[in-house]
Amino acid sequence: MRNAFADEVTQLAQIDSRLVLLSGDIGNKLFDNFKKVDTKRFLNCGIAEANMMGVAAGLALSGLRPIVYSITPFTTTRCFEQIRVDVCYHEAPVIIIGTGSGLSYADLGPTHHSLEDLAILRTLPGIQVIAPCDAFEMRLALRAAIKSNIPTYIRIGKKGEPEIHGQNISFEIGKAITVRNGSDVILIVTGTLMPNVLVAAELLFQQGISSQVVSFHTIKPLDELYLKEIALSYKLVITIEEHGRLGGLGGAVAEFLSQFSEHPPHVRLGTKDEFMHEMGGQEYAHRRYHLDAKGLAQTIKNYMHRQ
Amino acid sequence: MFTSLNIMQSRTELIQDLQNKAALLRARIIETSHQRKLPHLGSCLSCVDLLTALYFYQLKIDPTNPADPLRDRFILSKGHAAPALFQILAMRGYFPLSDLTHSGEDGGIFGEHPPPPSQLPGIEAATGSLGHGMPIGLGMALAARIKLQAYNVFAILGDGECNEGTIWESAMLAAAQKMNNFCVLIDFNKWQATDRSELTMALTPLADKWRAFGWDVLEINGNNMLEILDALNQFPSKTGNPLAIIAHTIKGKGVSFMEDDNNWHYRIPSAEEVVLSKKELGIFL
Repeated sequence: MRNAFADEVTQLAQIDSRLVLLSGDIGNKLFDNFKKVDTKRFLNCGIAEANMMGVAAGLALSGLRPIVYSITPFTTTRCFEQIRVDVCYHEAPVIIIGTGSGLSYADLGPTHHSLEDLAILRTLPGIQVIAPCDAFEMRLALRAAIKSNIPTYIRIGKKGEPEIHGQNISFEIGKAITVRNGSDVILIVTGTLMPNVLVAAELLFQQGISSQVVSFHTIKPLDELYLKEIALSYKLVITIEEHGRLGGLGGAVAEFLSQFSEHPPHVRLGTKDEFMHEMGGQEYAHRRYHLDAKGLAQTIKNYMHRQ
Repeated sequence: MFTSLNIMQSRTELIQDLQNKAALLRARIIETSHQRKLPHLGSCLSCVDLLTALYFYQLKIDPTNPADPLRDRFILSKGHAAPALFQILAMRGYFPLSDLTHSGEDGGIFGEHPPPPSQLPGIEAATGSLGHGMPIGLGMALAARIKLQAYNVFAILGDGECNEGTIWESAMLAAAQKMNNFCVLIDFNKWQATDRSELTMALTPLADKWRAFGWDVLEINGNNMLEILDALNQFPSKTGNPLAIIAHTIKGKGVSFMEDDNNWHYRIPSAEEVVLSKKELGIFL
């Protein structure tokens, strides 16, 4: 997904002279083609993300369209104050990219995990929070974010994620995309766990459980219409994210559903409220938190049998 | 077009005129602090001369066209001196002086810190949380380079504000990028909210620190109009480096019983103290 990001941002920079890419000393070679477009518009801001975010706000307030890029914890939790004050309070149209999000960099340890970013960023007034499930959604989210002129956080994976959608999907910020139709349970998914969820849905289908799978690529603004008109009709709602269970997609959906006197039970799947102390890669981490296809299928089946 | 001030004046007249404006500004800040119960008087008074020189001598700005893309930018990075900024923006004509009689009023716009630019003409950044204005200013300076525009960016920082790590992150990036359209003025009044700045964070040698970070540095008496203008005249620096003006100032400058007394970080002057202050400043409104 990060290669697709580099490719997309380079293409867009050729047609939009306002785009400026700020990197926190990462992405060596990844942005070589971008630099060829205009060296002035690539700024390696060093390992100083708080300053980088303020600089981005200054660029945005001067009519440019900065895109800030680094590993997720460093463009989110590390500089939350600058996102809050410099970007959101000023309504500065900065696009923040968190790469290697969730457990993408599981083997680098919890300093490089991001399991809180969706939760904290969506509390900020005026920001859009997006977690695309594949390269297509990421490319379209980037285009839509630039067009929107609103502060936007886009949380992406690393590389080699499977493609979920074809080229012709219609993408709108805040509008969910149904990926699979089903009638027993609705699986509301954000970000790069989607491939695992689709395999899980197939496993469940073989066991007689029909799942609706929907890509909630936008956590804020939440697609409330979809929740109200479609999700409420299922007997079980399950949210799935590569993120802690507190405050992210699951939190947002729970907040919305709680206003209805009658709504289906809602289960929030994600990582546990803990730091992962043992070593392991992303697939290991998924298994550990039952976010791999088999683990998801088993958990969902268990909840279905309780109904 | 940008308004040209003071074209016909001799240098002596110019200095005298700026000093008179600074005295008037001090009186208005003190009066408003009393009337509207606004704190941070000491922090406002130390940077009055710097603000006056910037707004009535240096900045290429047009109050009738505050969003002119080619305007110079000024950011009050030490945002708690907002009462001084509001007064000088009014004196410069961004909005009527009478608006400031509503300072600190519920539902109003003139609070204790500058609001975002969308809320008040003349404001470039909503500061107050320290260490934010300088990075935003650096972004604006970089934008000028990218867009091939000739404007300059100025920011006033507090010495206490130099405790913040973002100031030094920003200083290193500005030096690496050779941002010679960027000037910071450090209002070195030797105090922060609760103690001497030097005792709190080992700030000195402050000029050497900025030099070591790759900046050109001028060290001046920041309450002396002549020295301020001389320093500003050396900007932009021929070396290509950004410029830091270390302005040695006195907290509460201009009123004998406020000078270097840190109680005036939060204290509100009484009616009697306002009269005494104005008498000392030679201002009779």
